[in-house]
Amino acid sequence: MKEKLLNEMTLRFPSLSENERFARLAVSGFISSLDPALDELSEIKTAVSEAVTNCIVHAYRDRVGEITMQVRIYEGQLIYIRIKDKGCGIEDIPLARTPLYTTAPDEERAGLGFAIMESFTDRLRVSSRAGGGTAVTMLRTLRTRKAANGDKSKEG
Amino acid sequence: MSVRTFYDPKTRALLAELSGDIDHCTAAGLREPVDKEIMQRLPQKLILDLSGVSFMDSSGIGLIIGRYKLMTDLGGSIVLTDPRPEISKLLTLAGIGRLCRVVDTHKSGSFTGGVKI
Repeated sequence: MKEKLLNEMTLRFPSLSENERFARLAVSGFISSLDPALDELSEIKTAVSEAVTNCIVHAYRDRVGEITMQVRIYEGQLIYIRIKDKGCGIEDIPLARTPLYTTAPDEERAGLGFAIMESFTDRLRVSSRAGGGTAVTMLRTLRTRKAANGDKSKEG
Repeated sequence: MSVRTFYDPKTRALLAELSGDIDHCTAAGLREPVDKEIMQRLPQKLILDLSGVSFMDSSGIGLIIGRYKLMTDLGGSIVLTDPRPEISKLLTLAGIGRLCRVVDTHKSGSFTGGVKI
């Protein structure tokens, strides 16, 4: 990354379903200093929720394992989020990324996780090895809100 | 996360007001009471009120598609009402509009707190 790194954090937590909420609130709290717009925040939270849910539902299907979430803030309102597991891995990444494809149709999984991550971020990279875990990296640049801040200062 | 259900025997409509966050963790807890009501009442129409839903991911889409299938199997239909803008965007992305109507009751005025649509 050529942009200057301004802030970063790493969280490790077990693949328990209640941590889906924790993960998206943690990201939301960490990036709040950038003052993201409501729609941007909501989209980032949704993308994080999808990635973490994938770890819980697919990577560690029959066990509880460790999820690592790294968030970095770079100059230019650029947010980097990497969510990694040491689970079963994905054999066929293009197939897994196909909208509506799911390996768990009986559990009412819509098969839209990757499609949502893709739509709600600027860039999505998936690296995985069967048996060797998966890492999902997402980049999203926030809109600059100088205009909005300017309005606010006028009001004050 | 919670759900409240109301059944109107006159219109045979079942209203389910969902609220809070819908994710993989909470979806099952919302699904079970709704399905129990559906199987007990056999409504002609299921109205999922999304106005109180603060967050939703693909687990919520799975929940909606699952209820759509169940209602279709029973010869009924499903309507979604008043999603917040960020949730509307997700519904559009998932193509939910092809399965059911998404109604803004404040604009249409077709919904007056009861279950008539």
